[in-house]
Amino acid sequence: MEEIKPKKRIRLGDIKKSGCCGPGNTADSNGSQDNPKQPCCPGNRNKTVESSLPEVSRVSTELSRSDRFEHLRCRISAYRMRYTINPGLYAAGAPDNRSDVFVSANYKMSFDMLRSSLKGMNAWILVLDTKGINVWCAAGKGTFGTDELIKRIQDARLNQVVSHRRVIAPQLGGPGIAAHTVKERTGFRVHYGPVYAKDIKAYVEAGYIATKEMRTVRFTFLDRLVLTPMEINPAMKKYPLYALLVMIVFGLHTSGISFKNALAGGLPFLVLGLVSIFAGAFLTPLFIDSIPPRSFALKGWIAGMVSTLIFSRFTGVLEMNPALQAFTYLFFPLVSSYLALQFTGSTTFTNISGVRKELRFAMPVYISAVILSVALLALFKLRELGVI
Amino acid sequence: MKYLPDVTSLQFFSEKCTGCARCVEVCPHGVFIMDDKRARIIDRDMCMECGACARNCAFGAISVNAGVGCASAVINGMISGGEPSCDCSDTGGCC
Repeated sequence: MEEIKPKKRIRLGDIKKSGCCGPGNTADSNGSQDNPKQPCCPGNRNKTVESSLPEVSRVSTELSRSDRFEHLRCRISAYRMRYTINPGLYAAGAPDNRSDVFVSANYKMSFDMLRSSLKGMNAWILVLDTKGINVWCAAGKGTFGTDELIKRIQDARLNQVVSHRRVIAPQLGGPGIAAHTVKERTGFRVHYGPVYAKDIKAYVEAGYIATKEMRTVRFTFLDRLVLTPMEINPAMKKYPLYALLVMIVFGLHTSGISFKNALAGGLPFLVLGLVSIFAGAFLTPLFIDSIPPRSFALKGWIAGMVSTLIFSRFTGVLEMNPALQAFTYLFFPLVSSYLALQFTGSTTFTNISGVRKELRFAMPVYISAVILSVALLALFKLRELGVI
Repeated sequence: MKYLPDVTSLQFFSEKCTGCARCVEVCPHGVFIMDDKRARIIDRDMCMECGACARNCAFGAISVNAGVGCASAVINGMISGGEPSCDCSDTGGCC
């Protein structure tokens, strides 16, 4: 796993005593590191009185162009699976023993969201080892959890670094952290900050009070849009196999396999396959609030059926053999339905009891529909070949 | 945006509530409010079963079968016969 480390590593004492390594010492977080033999503020380092404390890295509160490029890569590919930083304590600005301590995950995107929201502030960032997963998901899995937070507070010797006894955890870390247990075992009180890092400054200025808006998670059109590439990607990985099967069904003849026939007969179904993926993995997530039923399986089915009806006009399905028509209206809307149901994993408001309820009904439907679809294609093929 | 009605496993035992307001603080959907020094559920159907309220209630006043509301995780669990597991692998769309 690739580790991306910020540039400067400095001793805590340097920060507290000198403040000479100002925010100008930015980390561009591109994976490179300074020569560790080249200390920051060597003159002051010798005067350090608290050099027994672990080293901390200073990070910038500005995101660089390469940070933003990496974030884009995370949104569209598996790059995010290895986009991590080292857990531990970091310094943003020039924090001292009265500065706030913000807790984050070691998914670098989470960490970047936090540090870029601390502009003009001097704060500590305590990064938990969440195996490179974002705060909310890691909290659900328990890696952004009580024991890990306690361990990091102790490892960083936070009780020596700061004189107060509060840490600010992201609100969405709540599913993983039992605040009362952290208090019992470390003396630190967990304050839950706002849901969105951008509200941190207002939260701190208000005396660590978040408004109801700051406490509420949203799911805007844009939030959903950035998630769609990772809905489409997995579906498109299965598409070549589907395309191959279509080509075989339409290309196979008693005289052998004809690529020309495969393309001529199969093209409408290749197009409809793409349309159903688009309807389920892109249109449904985007217009989730406009498609009436609350069930995701039904939302996806409606989006898929409407798209299939529209595109079947252009692809000549209406003039086809009844078995192929039946296949079209059975199979493609259910592909969209299945993909839309997968989006429950990315939303901010679906619950597992509801997903279970949907699946109890939907899975038997999907399985029967696949069997029936194969039977319809076989019926068409056997008739075409003159077997029946 | 609301998901299916009447499905959440969220339960609140008012008699155990001490009014610390942690549940109001952690819930990302405003399911709880403070009412006369005790918490109260105002909209059960907004609950996404993330479990933050129950985890942070030191007095055992809340219970919820928390889990990731993710279809592929539940399907994985069905296939393996175990708990829903969201193996957010290279191809996984969730998280």
